[in-house]
Amino acid sequence: MIAFDYRTPGSLEEAYADLKEAGSDGKIIAGGTALVIMMKQQLVQPSCVISLRNVSGLTDISENNGSVHIGGLVSHAHLDASDVVQGKLPVLGATYHHVATQRVRTMATVGGGLAHADPNQDPPPTFIALGASFELGSAGGSRSVAAEDFFSDYYETVLEPEEIVTGVSVPLMAANSGAAYLKFLPRSADDYATVSAAAVVTLDAAKSTIQDVRIAMGSVNTTPVRATASEDVLRGQPVKAEGLREAGEKAKEHTDPVSDFRGSGSYKTQMAAVFVRRALEAAIANAS
Amino acid sequence: MDKKIKFRVNGTEHELEVPTNRLLVDMLRYDLGLTGTKEGCSVGVCGACTVLIDGEMVSSCLALAVFADGRDVTTVEGLAQDGELHPVQQSFIRYGGFQCGICTPGQVVAAKALLDQNPRPNEEEIKDWMMGNLCRCTGYYKIIESIEKAHEFAK
Repeated sequence: MIAFDYRTPGSLEEAYADLKEAGSDGKIIAGGTALVIMMKQQLVQPSCVISLRNVSGLTDISENNGSVHIGGLVSHAHLDASDVVQGKLPVLGATYHHVATQRVRTMATVGGGLAHADPNQDPPPTFIALGASFELGSAGGSRSVAAEDFFSDYYETVLEPEEIVTGVSVPLMAANSGAAYLKFLPRSADDYATVSAAAVVTLDAAKSTIQDVRIAMGSVNTTPVRATASEDVLRGQPVKAEGLREAGEKAKEHTDPVSDFRGSGSYKTQMAAVFVRRALEAAIANAS
Repeated sequence: MDKKIKFRVNGTEHELEVPTNRLLVDMLRYDLGLTGTKEGCSVGVCGACTVLIDGEMVSSCLALAVFADGRDVTTVEGLAQDGELHPVQQSFIRYGGFQCGICTPGQVVAAKALLDQNPRPNEEEIKDWMMGNLCRCTGYYKIIESIEKAHEFAK
């Protein structure tokens, strides 16, 4: 790891100023679990590292106006243990509990993880399925970007160099909805997924028809992807095993996975169909 | 580029000028001589380097030394109090929670963090919490038993 200027701004405004001054050589650090590894491996060599450890006001989780708001510096462990999340969005807590190990979850932050944008991460598919949006702040103000529009390529996002992920807003699920996140882990429990799938299904009052559905997958492309082709064959249709299987097959249209030690590309595509179907089954079973 | 930091390790105040790219594990081992903390995988997976910062467990191989500024760091050397081993250390000895010992400092520090928030964890809770501390000797049964029975040594 090369030496760098280390700054500890005391507020977001100071952090934005430091980022602007550092230009493209500056990197924001929060928990550091991803960035420090990349710096050790010299994949990233920032001349200035700006720590958010002294920035306050970004560690709260709250519910208002039909949404749960999560501060960008909330740790994965804090989110997983949060009463608000456990009560209102249990699928999100379960998703974050799937990330690595308790020690990593203690260090890693929600905003930092999203900015890292590894396509194998657990939270992005669930955020996309839930219809979440990410808040990006800069000296010029803030903007909100839908989770599905945030990831642009392998480890790349629409985040501008002077922007920081300050929070996430997740709408509460409609009545008669269920959600599930499934992670296929053939190796070890702390690993990234071979494929992952998240589904949020809204049924009619009789629970016989799918009114709305959102599906997203991880580890099957250069970014987490929303499986709109799968959604299209389900929306407005009766809940039937055949339809869920077809939706799984349609998910393959959105996959272009790399072959690696977690499975070959063609295997991941086959498993994407299976895990999308299972995620839909689990979401429907959870609907309340 | 160096930075002056003030912090406590196991209750002792330190003031050091450290290079910004120094890792916490290296500062503990080489600058302070606290070699109880081991470095295994260097990528946050194995847990051998587990220490506590303000009571929360972290991988000291992934933490910059400057992260310790203004904080309380606890290493395996700080678990014993007044010459008496921490209950979880006594339990590891009584129930044979180690063989070669390289992972043990990380295991007992992680176990202490668990016991601090859950003094009587069950087997599932122990497995879930300790999943990030790898041991290549014991097969884990003795480690789980040692943590499950640590309460026997609590005062």
